[in-house]
Amino acid sequence: MWSLAHIANEIHQWLNNTFNPTWTLIIEMVLAGVAVIGLFAALGLVLVLMERRVAAWIQIRLGPNRVGPLGLLQSMADTLKLIVKEGLTPDGADKVMFNIAPFIAMIVAMLLMAPIAFAKDFQLWDLNIGVLYVTAVSSIMVISILMAGWSSNNKYSLMGAMRSGAQIVSYELSAGLSIMTIIVLTGSLQVSDIIQAQSNGWWIFKGHLPVWISFIIFIIAVTAETNRAPFDLAEAESELTAGFHTEYSGMKFALFFLAEYINVFIVCAIGATLFLGGWMPLHFGSNNAFNNAMDYIPSSVWFFGKTFFLIFLIMWFRWTFPRLRIDQLLNLEWKYLLPISMFNLLLATAMAILGWHF
Amino acid sequence: MYRETEILQQTSPGIIGETGEFTINVGPQHPATHGVLHLVITLSGETIKKVEPHLGYIHRSIEKMCESLNYRQFIYVTSRMDYLSAHINNHACALCVEKGLQIEVPPRAQVIRILMDELTRVASHELWWGAMAMDLGAFTPFFHAFRERESINEIMEETCGARLTMNYIAPGGVVQDLHPDFQRRVKEFLKLYKRKIHEYDELVTGNIIFQNRMKGIGMLSAKDAISYGVTGPAARGSNVSSDIRKIQPYEIYDKLEFDEVLETGCDSFARYMVRIREMQQSIRIIEQLIDNIPEGDFQAKTKAVLKLPKGEFYTRVETARGELGVYIVSEGGTTPYRIKFRSPGFSNLSVLDHIARGSKIGDLVAMMGTLDLVIPDIDR
Amino acid sequence: MSKELLKFRITELLPTATFDDSGEWLNVELTAAEWPTLAGALCKDSHLALDYMFCLTCIDWKTHLTMVYHMTSTSFRHSVVVKVKLDRDKPEVVSVSKCWRTAEFHEREVYEMFGVNFLHHPDLRLLILPDGWEGKNPLRKDFEDPINMIRL
Repeated sequence: MWSLAHIANEIHQWLNNTFNPTWTLIIEMVLAGVAVIGLFAALGLVLVLMERRVAAWIQIRLGPNRVGPLGLLQSMADTLKLIVKEGLTPDGADKVMFNIAPFIAMIVAMLLMAPIAFAKDFQLWDLNIGVLYVTAVSSIMVISILMAGWSSNNKYSLMGAMRSGAQIVSYELSAGLSIMTIIVLTGSLQVSDIIQAQSNGWWIFKGHLPVWISFIIFIIAVTAETNRAPFDLAEAESELTAGFHTEYSGMKFALFFLAEYINVFIVCAIGATLFLGGWMPLHFGSNNAFNNAMDYIPSSVWFFGKTFFLIFLIMWFRWTFPRLRIDQLLNLEWKYLLPISMFNLLLATAMAILGWHF
Repeated sequence: MYRETEILQQTSPGIIGETGEFTINVGPQHPATHGVLHLVITLSGETIKKVEPHLGYIHRSIEKMCESLNYRQFIYVTSRMDYLSAHINNHACALCVEKGLQIEVPPRAQVIRILMDELTRVASHELWWGAMAMDLGAFTPFFHAFRERESINEIMEETCGARLTMNYIAPGGVVQDLHPDFQRRVKEFLKLYKRKIHEYDELVTGNIIFQNRMKGIGMLSAKDAISYGVTGPAARGSNVSSDIRKIQPYEIYDKLEFDEVLETGCDSFARYMVRIREMQQSIRIIEQLIDNIPEGDFQAKTKAVLKLPKGEFYTRVETARGELGVYIVSEGGTTPYRIKFRSPGFSNLSVLDHIARGSKIGDLVAMMGTLDLVIPDIDR
Repeated sequence: MSKELLKFRITELLPTATFDDSGEWLNVELTAAEWPTLAGALCKDSHLALDYMFCLTCIDWKTHLTMVYHMTSTSFRHSVVVKVKLDRDKPEVVSVSKCWRTAEFHEREVYEMFGVNFLHHPDLRLLILPDGWEGKNPLRKDFEDPINMIRL
C-alpha cells in the first residue's frame, strides 16, 4: 500500500546503496530541511486560504475567488506582493533585534516540526522526550514577540508584546498540565509511544472524564498560546492597531504571519496526536470489518484530517467570539484553568494507577 | 496650550516618568475611532488616567458655509454631518425652516418623513451594532448587520436616488413622491428583519465574553449624563428620559404607539441594550405607518425663494445618536444670519474622559463603541 | 412651569433681568456681570432645576457678541434661554462649566470660533482648530480666509 513511510524507506535504501553512511546522513538532513521548508510554504498558503474561506463562509460572503481556479492562487499572489514590498525599519528601532525577531519566530516554528508524526513511521526525529521538546521549544516563541515589540520603538508594539508575554507564559502552564494528563495515562513522553497506546482507541474515547477536561483546556490554552482570537490581545487591532508587528512590513511581516499559521498547525497536530490518536485510524472494539475498512485509509490522511479538523475549530472560535480583556484573560487562566487542570491531573493519575480507563 | 510637537515628545519612548505614566495617540488614524478622531490617552500600564480628545481633522465649517447658502440649499450640506442619519439631519433643518415660515406640511409628507427617519435609525443602529462588535474583536457581526442594512439602503436608493446622503427632505415636505415599490420593499425588509433579529442575540448579546466585556464598564450616572449633556441611547442607558420624540413630539410622533426605551444599568451593556431594543421600536413605528400612508400631496406649496422672518428658531429632533438641535438666527434675508447645529456626538464625546478614567485600554474601545461616535457629526 | 411663573421666579433671583417672551421659550437678557450669580441659581434652584444645557453658542452682531444659553429642566420640562451681551473687542464672560459640565466643550468651541474669553474655565484651549489660530475667529462676520474659502 502507498504510504509516506514506504517512500522514505525507498529513498533511504537508495542513498545507502549509492553513498557511504556519512554522506547518506548529510543528504538526508538536507532533504529533511528542504521538506520542512517546503511543507512550511505549502502549509502557509493552504492555511491562509483556508482561514479566508472559513471566515467568508461564516460571514455569509464568498472569500477569495478570483485568482486561479476557485481563488486557490490568492495566497500565492499575496505572498508575491509581500516579497516585492519594501521591508521598512523605523528610524528609532533597534535595528539588529528588529530584523532578527521574525526569523526567530520562523525558526521556532520549524524546530517544532521535528517530533511530529505525519504518518505511520514517518517522523523526522522520534526523540524519547518528544512532547516535552515541543512544550519547551514553543516557549521560545515569546522571545521573538518580545524582541519585536521592544525593538520597534513603538508604544503600541511594546504593549502588545507585554500582553503577549504575560499571556503565553500563563497559558503554557495549563497547556503543559493538560498534556501531562496524557503522559500520565501513557507513561511515555515519546510521540510514537503515545500514538501506539491509542491503537485500541483514541484517548478522547478511552480516557473519559479527565481526558475530556484536558482536551477542552488544551484547546483553550493553545488558542491563547498562538495568539488567536478570542485571545489575540497581542495584536488586538481595534485597541493596539496591530500590536507587536505594527512596524513590520513586507516579508518580515509575512514571516510573523506565516509563523502564526504554522504554530496553529503544530499545536493542532500535537492535539491530534495526543487526544485523537495521531495517524491512528478510528477503530471500534472488535468490529473487524469496520476496523479493516478504516485501516485502508492512508495514515497521513487520518493525521491531516484530524489536524485540519482542530484547525477549523480554532478558526471557528476566531470568527465567532469577541476578544477578552487583559485582566479577564489572566483571571481565566490563573483562577479557573490552572486549578482545574491541576485537579484534573490528580484525577488522571488516580485513574491511571487504578486502571479505570478502557 | 497643546502643541503637536509637545505631544510628539511626550509620546516618544524614554519619557516614561517617575510616575510610570505615558501617553499614546489613539488616532487620527486608528481602527477603533471609525474616523479621524484623535485621542491623547495618558496611561499607567494598561490603566487609563486621562483621555483628551483633539478634534478638527474633518471640520468643514458647515455653520459658516450655511451662512451663505439660502434656506433651500443649506439642508443638503447637513446630510454630511451625521452621515448615518442624513434623513434626520435634513428633517431637523426642514422643521426649523417650516417653523419660521409657518408652513403646514401635508399629512402624506409627514408620514413619509417619519418612515424614512425610522428606517434610517434602524440602518444606523445596525451599522453601530456591527462596528461595536468589531471593536470588541468579533468580525462576523459586521457582515450580518450589513446584510439587513443593505436592504434599507436599497429602499432609500429607489426613492431618494442616494444611499447615504439622501437630501430627500426639503422645506414643505419631501423632494419627490415615494417609489411605487416602496411599500412592498419595506414589507420585505420587515420580514427579513424579523427572521434574522434573533441572530443578533445569539451571536453577540448572549455571548459570555461579550457580556463580561460590557457589564459594569463605563458607568455613567443619570446626574452626570444630564450634566454632560449626553443624549440619545447613551443617556437612556442611564435611565434618563431624553427621547425628543416623546418630550417634544414633532410631526405625528405623538399619535404613534411606541415606547421610550430606558435601561437602568448605567453601563456599556445598558447602552447596548437600549439600541437593540430601540431598533424594535422603530420597526413598530414602521409597521404602524407602512399600510397607512395617506394620499395627497407630498409637498406643501411654497415660494421658490424662502425668506424667514426676523427672529430666532430652534428645533430639536431625535437622531440615531441623540438630540440634534438646529438654531437659526434670521435677519429676514434669504440666508440665515447665524446657524448653529447642536450635534449629539459633540456632547456625547465630552463624557468619554469622565467614564473612561480608571478602566483598561480595551474598555475604552468598548465605551467609544457604546457612545456611538460619528466623527463628522462631532466636527461638523 | 409656565413662562409667567418662570419669569416671576427669575426676577426673584435677579431683579435686574429683562425678559422677552415672544418666542417659543422665555428669553432672559443679562449683562456679563450678572450671569455668574444667576447661572449658579438656575442649576441649583429646586423650583427651576434647569439641569440640562442643550445648547450653548454665540452670535456675532457686528457691534457686539451675544452668548446664547439654552437650558431645560429634565424633571419639569420647561426651558429658558439666557442671552448675555458681550463687548466685541474684549469679550469676557465667566465659564458655567461648573454648573453644566457640557459647557466645558461648548465653551472651548466658542472660544476658538468667536474669541470669547471664558474666565475660570478649567481647560480653555483650542479644541477644533490647529495650533496658531488664536486671534483669528472663523465664525465672526469679518473673518475672511482667501486660501481656504468658506463663503460660497
